Amino acid sequence: MKEQDFGYRKYVLGGIALVIVLLYIARLAVLQLASDEYAGSAKSNALFNNVLYPSRGLVYDRNGQLLVYNQPTYDIMVVTNEIEDLDTLDFCHTINITRKEFDKKMRSIRNLKGYSRYTQQVFSTQISGEEMAILQEKLFRYRGFYIRKRSMRKYEYSYGAHFLGDIGEVNQREIDHDEYYQSGDYIGKNGVERSYEADLRGEKGVEVLLRDSRGRVQGHYQNGEFDRKPKPGKDITLTIDSELQKLGERLMEGKAGAIVAIEPSTGEILCLVSSPTFDPRRMAGKERGRYHAELYEDLNRPLLNRAIQGVYPPGSTFKISQGLTFLQEGVITTSTPYPCSRGFRFKGMKVGCHGHGAPLPLIPAIATSCNGFFCWGLYHMLNDRSKYKTIQDAMTTWKDYMVSMGFGYKLGVDLPGEARGLIPNASYYDKNYKNDWNALSVISIAIGQGEVCLTPLQIANMGATVANRGYYITPHIVKEVKGGHIADSLTKKHYTKVKKEYYDDVALGMRRSVLGGTCKKANNHWYEVCGKTGTAQNKGHDHSAFMGFAPMNNPKIAVAVYVENGGWGATYGVPFGALIMEQYINGKLSPASEAQVQKFQARHILRPSAELKAIKERKDREAKAREEAKKARNDSLKQSKSVDAKAPKDLKATQPPKDSKDLKDSKDLKDSQDPKAVKDSKIPKDSKASKTVKESAESKVLQPTDSLLLDSLKQQQKPKQP
Amino acid sequence: MTEESNKGIFQSLDWLTIGIYLILIVWGWFSVCGASYDFNNPDILSWENRSGKQMVWLFCSVGLAVMLLMIEKQFYIGSSYYLYIMMMVLLALTIVIAPETKGSRSWIPIGPVKLQPAEFAKFAVALTLARYMDEHGFRMDNTRQFLHVVGLIMLPIAIIIGEKETGSALVYLSFFLVLYREGMTGAFLFVAFSFIVYFVVGIKFGEEFIPDMPVSVGEFSVLLLIQLFTIGMGYSYCPDKQAITIMAIVTLVATGLAFLFSAFVIPFNVCVIQVICLCLSFAFLIFLAFYERLLNYVWIGLFCVCSAGFYFGSNYLINNIMQPHQRIRIEVLLGTKEDPAGAGYNVNQAKIAIGSGGLEGKGFLKGTQTKLKYVPEQDTDFIFCTVGEEEGFIGSAGVLVMYLLFILRLLALAERQPDTMGRVYGYSVLCIFLFHLFINVGMVIGLTPVIGIPLPFFSYGGSSLWGFTILLFIFLRMDAERHVKDETRRGGG
Repeated sequence: MKEQDFGYRKYVLGGIALVIVLLYIARLAVLQLASDEYAGSAKSNALFNNVLYPSRGLVYDRNGQLLVYNQPTYDIMVVTNEIEDLDTLDFCHTINITRKEFDKKMRSIRNLKGYSRYTQQVFSTQISGEEMAILQEKLFRYRGFYIRKRSMRKYEYSYGAHFLGDIGEVNQREIDHDEYYQSGDYIGKNGVERSYEADLRGEKGVEVLLRDSRGRVQGHYQNGEFDRKPKPGKDITLTIDSELQKLGERLMEGKAGAIVAIEPSTGEILCLVSSPTFDPRRMAGKERGRYHAELYEDLNRPLLNRAIQGVYPPGSTFKISQGLTFLQEGVITTSTPYPCSRGFRFKGMKVGCHGHGAPLPLIPAIATSCNGFFCWGLYHMLNDRSKYKTIQDAMTTWKDYMVSMGFGYKLGVDLPGEARGLIPNASYYDKNYKNDWNALSVISIAIGQGEVCLTPLQIANMGATVANRGYYITPHIVKEVKGGHIADSLTKKHYTKVKKEYYDDVALGMRRSVLGGTCKKANNHWYEVCGKTGTAQNKGHDHSAFMGFAPMNNPKIAVAVYVENGGWGATYGVPFGALIMEQYINGKLSPASEAQVQKFQARHILRPSAELKAIKERKDREAKAREEAKKARNDSLKQSKSVDAKAPKDLKATQPPKDSKDLKDSKDLKDSQDPKAVKDSKIPKDSKASKTVKESAESKVLQPTDSLLLDSLKQQQKPKQP
Repeated sequence: MTEESNKGIFQSLDWLTIGIYLILIVWGWFSVCGASYDFNNPDILSWENRSGKQMVWLFCSVGLAVMLLMIEKQFYIGSSYYLYIMMMVLLALTIVIAPETKGSRSWIPIGPVKLQPAEFAKFAVALTLARYMDEHGFRMDNTRQFLHVVGLIMLPIAIIIGEKETGSALVYLSFFLVLYREGMTGAFLFVAFSFIVYFVVGIKFGEEFIPDMPVSVGEFSVLLLIQLFTIGMGYSYCPDKQAITIMAIVTLVATGLAFLFSAFVIPFNVCVIQVICLCLSFAFLIFLAFYERLLNYVWIGLFCVCSAGFYFGSNYLINNIMQPHQRIRIEVLLGTKEDPAGAGYNVNQAKIAIGSGGLEGKGFLKGTQTKLKYVPEQDTDFIFCTVGEEEGFIGSAGVLVMYLLFILRLLALAERQPDTMGRVYGYSVLCIFLFHLFINVGMVIGLTPVIGIPLPFFSYGGSSLWGFTILLFIFLRMDAERHVKDETRRGGG
């Protein structure tokens, strides 16, 4: 009876079952068929790409001497989601950090781009083997922490910091630029580590691992089908002779400047000394950050690779290029004499010279480094209206010669950060002299002064060009990439615009300079040395320069020496050049030479950074005091004036003058916040200086020792159109 | 019973159901293999692995099934009350003797295996209900008898909640569906359903507001639903349709006008008007009850008031009394908040596992999510993830279709029983399976709350497998006796 009453309810119940199942199937269709979002989530969930780091390529010198190699180091990794019951204090104690540092690290990890609670994040890098051993023992207590093996660069010697370079963690810009890199990877930051990064780094491998919800690895995905082995980096052999480099760095101890030696026939750089330098061994490991900061702060700027980044007036070494140009252009022949009465004197223009017989033709003029000769040569060239329609045409011709010799542009050395120097051209003068210039206004460029600036590498390359009698091969520092090849551009011959025969003439002049001229100290009985001194004037003490090559026929080495504030070219330049040649050609130094090296090594002309800092601080204080006094004066003046005039007046006092003629005349570029103070300080202190220092954002040095460097930096920043 | 009659029994067994049963347990076993796969011990038949153990439980269940088919229906029915008492004692005892595992005291360890009495109590309760309701003179509309039945259901629920195994306790609510089939008024189910709707709608849309009006979408909708349900119940259960129509027109028109006024003239909270309407409705219904002397009006009035009370009460409970983590759990379930790392972790991982299966799945033992234990409880409560991941849409929809066939077949079997006893027991079996399927698969695909109950025949575990086997095969034996039984009864009578 009842059954009949409620029989219909079987349909209700059956209907409920049917609706539930259909609803669920629809839901499944949505989850499984409608989108593949879940498949992606599943992959990132369960697949763990374990990066396998390749060993970085080793670096050898030209004689097969190992310079840079790898040493295992360890990173501490953390998966924040897995941290459980961590005894923070004990952990901090184990890895030798404070609780504060720990908290700071955890915070910064959480703020990282791409942070995930489920994947390994770098907690701490470059833990030494011993520290790792202690941690490893206790690691089971620190859930969520892992150790990752990496390798660190080790340097055999303390030499060659600038060209060897270093590696450091990639920054965000580098990651964005090249998708190969991931946060925490290492990348070459300087030197060959940077320029040969692609060869040295090798190729990372990967293991696609299955990772369970607790981050534990449970085997290879698809039996390792997607795994890739890391490819080790390629070893590179440098062109550097480490003995020569060592000698160069010993000589330059306590001095600022550079020594560059090139094998002329190949363009291989035999040594590339930049001083002051630093210890590359301290640039690897945990200390790197602190050491780098310390070097960055150092007012002597040891991080600057002066050999390729320092731009200096080449001084008399530049005369070689002038002689060649004049010969090729027919301004002179080897027998054309020019007068020199203790210098070049014409229409009130005077370029001084030392006492020597006059008039002289080219070869003895090179030997005695006669200023008068080269000034007259350039004067005649620029004023030869039969050949050049305007002075601008003449200037452009001159510029083309210079450029063909490798000046004014980057030579293309395989190192990062090369400077291009400065070779002025006609439009440069048109602009700076407001079209009011003549041969006399620019005459000092003939003797490597004035606007002309070269890098020591360019000077050495000039020596190599003369050694080769008319061509050079791009100077380069890498001889061989094992299993790779070096760029074709590094082995290309570049001919200058001057014929070989003229090179023979200047080579003879350089030989005579060694035999009986300014480079007498470089003479020896083993081989024929050719050389040219340079004494570059600047606002401080003169820079001592030397350029030479040996032997005269079939040269093996070309050298450039540049010692800031070293005085005469013969004081440091010549003996340094001679020692470098002797070491390279003879393979060793004679006892007498060794004694000389020790003597030079002990002679320091560089002032310590702390001393420079004290001077700078004193000057800053003085400038501030003056500024305040001035302000006080202005204030008292203003008070007597009307309120309306106050505002614009105020503005004027704090803003640099827009059209400051006086500043431009002295070729003074300033972006300091306080132009008046700088101007004030300049006048009494640097009466001798024709140039003043630009206060760049990175450096605020007002110090003779460094002024040249900064000068050159200033010029680097200027538009250069040789 | 003689050998011969037993033979006859085997001939009249429903082999279709047995076939589906076998398919489901074998399918389930393969799923357990995928879910419990151990990378260090890939031998799926090893006793060390759950798949190996499940294989043993599987053979035990088949043996158990054969044994159960040997026992006469009369024995089951005769011993049902004793079984019920025994089971209740055992359940209660479990609270005392069971060690605490995962916060509940429901597992009794016996040697190497652990048994969960709550899984075995189901058939005892089902048998007891069947016998009680089959007794002469039982009427569902007899309040005393009805309350007895409700008591029989609520007792195990209370004890199992005492074991802190709420999920298993809720399964016993499925007996109310049986009561419905047997004549319990649908109003009870409708009230339960409507309360769930208030709760879900109220929370899901509680934070949303109708544009330019200070009216919460959730509150307005729930109150409107209460108005509509009250009117609907009035039409279904009251003789005076005219009075109900008046009530409907007055309250709905008032609400509508209030809404328009709020939207176009002065914005104000329309819900105030709705509450007033509900109060008026209640007063009107009470008046009708006295006027027409009919208790039904009171019930409807109470429904109206209780609905509103439940809605505002649950709101207050959630916002003012619940712990934040409990509130988040509810909000995550209803999809108003996302918290994939916290409360939503299980369901989110389950969705990823199923979703990543695609159409055809990743293949047997090739699922990564479930194998790598991203999904918690992946070989027990969340076993359906493995099906979804490894067998894809085809496999998981296939399981659901197979279950539908199974349940509909049980429905057919229950309907063909000659007596109330068989039908009640059959419906009990069916409703328990339906409830498990509804909750378990629903939670895995994120449609129902996470209530930890197994998917019959799939989830790993001897207790649940045996419990479902017992439940099913007692019914199959009853079904097989449907002719025999008639004769003996007739003969006896």
